[in-house]
Amino acid sequence: MQKLVLTEEEQMVRESAADFLFKKAGPGALREIRDTANPKGFSSEVWLEMVELGWPSILIGEAQGGLGFSHVAMGQIMELCGSTLACSPLFSTAVVGASVLSLGGDRLALLPKVAAGNLTLALAIDEAPRHNPQGIATRAVRRGDGYTLNGEKTFVVDGNVADYLVVSVRADEEPEDVLLFLVPRDAEGVAITKTEMVDSRNSATVQINDVTVESVQRISHSGAGLATLQKVLNIANVHLSAELLGIANECFGRTLRYLNERKQFGVEIGSFQGLQHRAAILWTEIELCKSIVLKALRALDESPEHAGLLASTAKAKTCQVAELASNEGIQMHGGIGMTDEFDIGFFIKRARVVQMLYGDRRYHLNRYAELRAY
Amino acid sequence: MRDFCYSLVIVTGNLWGLKSLQDLEEFRVSTRRWLEENCPQSMRQPITEQDICSGGRRFVFQSDDQKLWLDRMAERGWTAPAWPLEYGGGGLNHDQAKVLREEMASITARLPLQGMGISMIGPAILEFGSDALKKQHLPQIARGEIRWCQGYSEPGSGSDLAGLQTRAEDHGDHFIVNGQKVWTSNADQADWMFCLVRTDFEVSKHAGISLVLFDMESAGVTARPIRLISGASVFCETFLEDVRVEKSQVVGDVNNGWTIAKYLLTHEREMIGGIGTAAGTRTLGELATEAIGLSDGRLSDELLRTEVATWEVDSCCHQLTMERVRDEMTADGVGNTSAMIKYYGTEMNKRRFELLMALGGSDALHWKEGTDTQRWLRSKGNSIEGGTSEIQLNIISKRILGLG
Ligand SMILES: Cc1cc2nc3c(=O)[nH]c(=O)nc-3n(C[C@H](O)[C@H](O)[C@H](O)COP(=O)(O)OP(=O)(O)OC[C@H]3O[C@@H](n4cnc5c(N)ncnc54)[C@H](O)[C@@H]3O)c2cc1C
Repeated sequence: MQKLVLTEEEQMVRESAADFLFKKAGPGALREIRDTANPKGFSSEVWLEMVELGWPSILIGEAQGGLGFSHVAMGQIMELCGSTLACSPLFSTAVVGASVLSLGGDRLALLPKVAAGNLTLALAIDEAPRHNPQGIATRAVRRGDGYTLNGEKTFVVDGNVADYLVVSVRADEEPEDVLLFLVPRDAEGVAITKTEMVDSRNSATVQINDVTVESVQRISHSGAGLATLQKVLNIANVHLSAELLGIANECFGRTLRYLNERKQFGVEIGSFQGLQHRAAILWTEIELCKSIVLKALRALDESPEHAGLLASTAKAKTCQVAELASNEGIQMHGGIGMTDEFDIGFFIKRARVVQMLYGDRRYHLNRYAELRAY
Repeated sequence: MRDFCYSLVIVTGNLWGLKSLQDLEEFRVSTRRWLEENCPQSMRQPITEQDICSGGRRFVFQSDDQKLWLDRMAERGWTAPAWPLEYGGGGLNHDQAKVLREEMASITARLPLQGMGISMIGPAILEFGSDALKKQHLPQIARGEIRWCQGYSEPGSGSDLAGLQTRAEDHGDHFIVNGQKVWTSNADQADWMFCLVRTDFEVSKHAGISLVLFDMESAGVTARPIRLISGASVFCETFLEDVRVEKSQVVGDVNNGWTIAKYLLTHEREMIGGIGTAAGTRTLGELATEAIGLSDGRLSDELLRTEVATWEVDSCCHQLTMERVRDEMTADGVGNTSAMIKYYGTEMNKRRFELLMALGGSDALHWKEGTDTQRWLRSKGNSIEGGTSEIQLNIISKRILGLG
């Protein structure tokens, strides 16, 4: 069994990612995106550099033009994207999109384009405000060799910028399964509306009105759609857990610095035991997150068939701790923590969006219990 | 693409460390075979408190298998897998010791021997003791011949351990010790005590402490059991009146006891922190299912179901953290991170028992020997013994986080 520490090469990925992200994609960059109302929701320059660094190709096999490197490596980048609040289509395209295509059969041969950073994707599955991947009203009706799709999707991360949407639907002829289709953003009948999100990142609602798709646009074989979707969601949630860890860790680091700086009653506020113990508890909780995130990432690499339980464990835990860290972050900063000018507020906003995406703590606790057969 | 990508390609094809991986795999195979052949079937059951083998002169084995298992493991040095062979240990490196743990867990093999000798004073003697002390004590500990107790706390100094007042007067080749210890676990069962005493009253409180070892049968040692809220008497008040302690039984240097005491505490804390996660015991989810049943495949009480799942998630993360901390460990142990393990693990164990009590309802409130009810009460001491939770949080905030 692999040890629960990073290998040398994983450590290298981490360091080079930290180097780049802290320099180029920190809260300042996010603030600029927000304040200039950048319609793309990310900086093209930053995304291009990520592409140059090879990040979109990490999870793609060598045969498809990727690096075939590990989830652990990608997870380090995701964590640091959380720490720096980086905005980019990396998660939706290189983690989720690449996984859908790899697992479902890449019939349109899109993976090399994804690896090269020439194509972006977005997963369009939820239809209600709370995650429920099986609650699908969107319908596919057979027409000739293809299908006609009708429905509406919400909380489609990067839906407003992606080249292709991955849409989940039900079909009367296969009532037990979920079908997944690749739909180009400019297909006739597709209407995409950007949603203004609290964290200033991209999300959209997608209306699908009589959209015609061919059979080759169908991802995954008959009967395997739901299983594929679940695997993709396991992968997505482990990487979101890494992101939440990064958010919590950075939020805590900033708070800790403040405890050592800010003086009241003539002493640093960090000398008050009431705050010390809360800081110590928070640190402990973050250490726990580091362990489960690394374990879950390793499971994706080594035994993906067992990753479901660990994915829900990781997401449940990191949701709890990111919530705690971001709340404590504001409280321990006092008044200044409430100001827009100060960056700590960005962390609570980002945390809540990542928490909610593909199931919050409650969702994953429930799923954990189900997988444990109670 | 940039150079780091290039290096990615290289390293993934690199075969570093393959030789040692192969060796480790061989070690795993031979360990598995040996355990298969040598671990008695009755020693492959989840262990409860009553089944623990603590060894010592007065220990009465519960079965022939229990003795056989101890003897076989001791002969291989696997009661103390990481200690050097010459002191009765197994001479295993960190990775091999982990493999042994994993292989034992996979057949739910019981630990052949547990206690303060193996987990606490042994590592301290190994780190700080003279060669003579190592030769005298370590093999006896590893064979389970001598049981140890810990004389740290006193009526006037608990959390403020360094304020201890037990006095050791210098008499040339020996000390004469006078004072009182309290909450001394198993002092009435133990053969030897490792004891903190004050050897210098003139210097600052941390600088005048020594760690000494003596036989509990020495003249002047009296241990009186104290009854706990759980009904058991696991700890004692221990009186020391003119007890003679040879100078050869000082661990490390005289007046350097505080450093050693703290080192030893990190081992103790790591051990206590693992308390709720003994391998082989049934999961809380299974116990909950048995207690309140399922309806439509879900625990019949939604709120309890949430609490049980939350606990299991936390427990999994805690276990992985113990594993990670050990994997990251440098030569001298886990250090201050033991405070985190101790704090979280003991709070978890208390939560676990509160949930078991809730699951048991009024039945769990019956007063009976050897039940979870008594274990629930005993668990309250977990966050006190070995340094309270508040003290662990102090250590984390001061030593790890650097807060004033
Ligand atoms: C089951 C059990 C077994 C034990 N076994 C042994 C043994 O084998 N050998 C041995 O030597 N000792 C043993 N002990 C003793 C144990 O180490 C002490 O009880 C412990 O260190 C606390 O000391 P105290 O009881 O004097 O409490 P106190 O130190 O008086 O603490 C009382 C309360 O004040 C809090 N407090 C104290 N100082 C601070 C501070 N600076 N900041 C915040 N809060 C503070 C504590 O956290 C606690 O809540 C055992 C205890 C128990 C319960």
